[in-house]
Parts: sequence; C-alpha cells; structure tokens
Amino acid sequence: MYNIVVGGGKVGFYLTKQLLEEGHEVLLIERNPEKANLVSDTFGAVVLTGDGAEAVTLASAGAARADVVIAVTGEDEDNLVVCQTARQKFHVAKTIARVNNPKNEQLFRMLGVDVTVSQTNHILHLIEQSIPDRPFLHLLSLRHADLAMVEARITDESVVAHKAIGEIDLPVDCVIAAISRGNHVTVPTAATELLPGDDVIAVTRVDQEDELRRLLCTDC
Amino acid sequence: MRVVVMGCGRVGARVASNLAHNGHDVAVVDTDPRAFRRLPPEFPGDTIIGTGIDEDVLRSAGIESATVFIAVTNGDNRNIMAAQVARMIFDVPEVICRIYDPVREDTYRRLGLTTVCPTTTVSAMILDHVIGAVPRRGLED
Repeated sequence: MYNIVVGGGKVGFYLTKQLLEEGHEVLLIERNPEKANLVSDTFGAVVLTGDGAEAVTLASAGAARADVVIAVTGEDEDNLVVCQTARQKFHVAKTIARVNNPKNEQLFRMLGVDVTVSQTNHILHLIEQSIPDRPFLHLLSLRHADLAMVEARITDESVVAHKAIGEIDLPVDCVIAAISRGNHVTVPTAATELLPGDDVIAVTRVDQEDELRRLLCTDC
Repeated sequence: MRVVVMGCGRVGARVASNLAHNGHDVAVVDTDPRAFRRLPPEFPGDTIIGTGIDEDVLRSAGIESATVFIAVTNGDNRNIMAAQVARMIFDVPEVICRIYDPVREDTYRRLGLTTVCPTTTVSAMILDHVIGAVPRRGLED
C-alpha cells in the first residue's frame, strides 16, 4: 500500500516509522528542509521537501497512485487543503486528516475528508473514561453518519430502572446494543428489563447523545 | 448589509473601511490586534481578535446575519478553509476568497468558491504593459 504522509513533525515522524516497520511504502512530505533532513537521516530516501498543499508537490510525490494521503501538520487549514487537493486533483481513494479544533471534525467530513483524527477529543474521552463512576460515557465516534457508541450506568434513581426496553421511549436513531450485568453481557430484546447496576451500551446519532443521556441517567 | 472581513492587512483594511464608509455594517477579524491600526481612526465597524477558521470567532463577528464574507489573510489555506466554513456552515450568500497559488485557485473555483488570484491578475496586468510596449518599439525600429 502506498501512503503519502504530509507533515514531518512528531506525529508525521512516528507515523512514517510505524508504517515503514509494517512494510508499507511511505513518502513523507515536509516543508522545512531541516526537519526533512532529520527524517531522511533516520529513515533514508522516503522524504520529499515541499509544500504538500501544492498540487505540484503532490504530483511529484506520485499522488495519482497513492492509496492513502494522511495530513498531519499542526494546522487544520493545511490538513484540509492537502486532503481536498489529493481528492480533487489526484482522485486519491482515502484521505485522513489530523484535526486540532474538535469542532472541525464534522466540517472536514462534510468537505470530503474520509477520516478525521482529533487528538483533543481523544484525550478528552480518555479523561472521561478514567474518572470512576461516571454514569454516562462516550466510548467512541463511528466514522459513518455521525454515530457514537456510549455507555450508561443504570442507577436506582434512573427513570428507566425496572422498565422493559420496549416500554422506553428511546430517541429515533438510537439502539441499545448490549447490556453488561455482573459478569455477563446480553443482547437485549424488547422484553429485557433494565436493572440498577446495569451498564447499557448504546449506538446513537451524535446529536441525540444528550437526549439519551437525560433519558438513561436522571442524576447527570 | 453585514460584511465580515477576515484578515486586516492592506487589502482587508482597505476593503473594510471602504464598505463601512459606504454605510455597510462591517466586522474585521484578525489574529493580531496591531493589524487594526491599518484601519482609519474613524472606522465605525467592529474589530474581532481571533482566527476566522474558528466557527466561534466567526459567530462573534456576526457571520450568522452576514450577506458577504471576504477571506483575505496572507494564508491561502486559511482563506480556503474559512470560506468553506462561511459557505457550508453559515450559508453566507456571497463568499469571496483570495488565493495566491493559481493552481489552488483553479481547484477551488471549480469547487464553487468565488476566488480572486492576485498572482494571475497582477501578472496579466504587467504582461499587458510589457507586451503592449514591445510592438511599439518594433514599429519605431
């Protein structure tokens, strides 16, 4: 698989290293000659010095035959333009952008970037998950159709405790996928009753996450 | 008419003060507060410190009620991204974006942005003068 990585900072450096170790063909594009030299001193001739947002640079990098273009510079606007140019001019099948402002994830996907990676969001979610006894957790964002996987702990105070799933008025695009009770995980049916202490795993549209939170957790 | 101008360089300041002078409701956004010195002292519009690629900054510049958005910072990519935010998220009817790189300008014009490329415009003007001058010399000879 031929990967073009744009941006030779720390993320680009280690990404290139990892991809090379996994046996992929990689070319790193870096604007700053000093940084580019550092990478070529370490990994050999896998570096092109230039501006990855420029069509000329992408052309000489062989973008037309690239399977993936990954933009990991420190600037959201540069990453967006790299991905859009790769897609529009070179018809690259898959573009991946690093996003610094979490709000840009949705925008980038609207603008045709296939995958976005937000370090800020990632760290936030890790912090959330490491706080004990949080009744409602965002587990992960699914890349299609703005879906998220969440986990909710049912308590004695929950309005939905001791109710069958069929009786609960769930938001439209929201599915309870699994219930973890003690050491067992079950796939619920409409007749399954939610009990205090249950961990409910649900898949929901991102914009309904808050509604689901209010429904499942009265105390959060 | 509400106009949001991103980038208070020579062009941004000139466009903003001209529009304000003509009675329009203008907001100028720039990351560097010193850039606002380029505006005339009597400038009646708003000045907002921040980057125009941030939705929240654009909101505080009144983009939600804007008819026109003009992206004229020195960064092509910043202008391109802000212009797309204005168009896709805030549905601003008229979005104008300056792009120095002619190839990039071509790409985004095809994608539907209203673009201005100083490189091609200024080169064309200079060439016009030069080529316009050459035959005259040829005739004199």
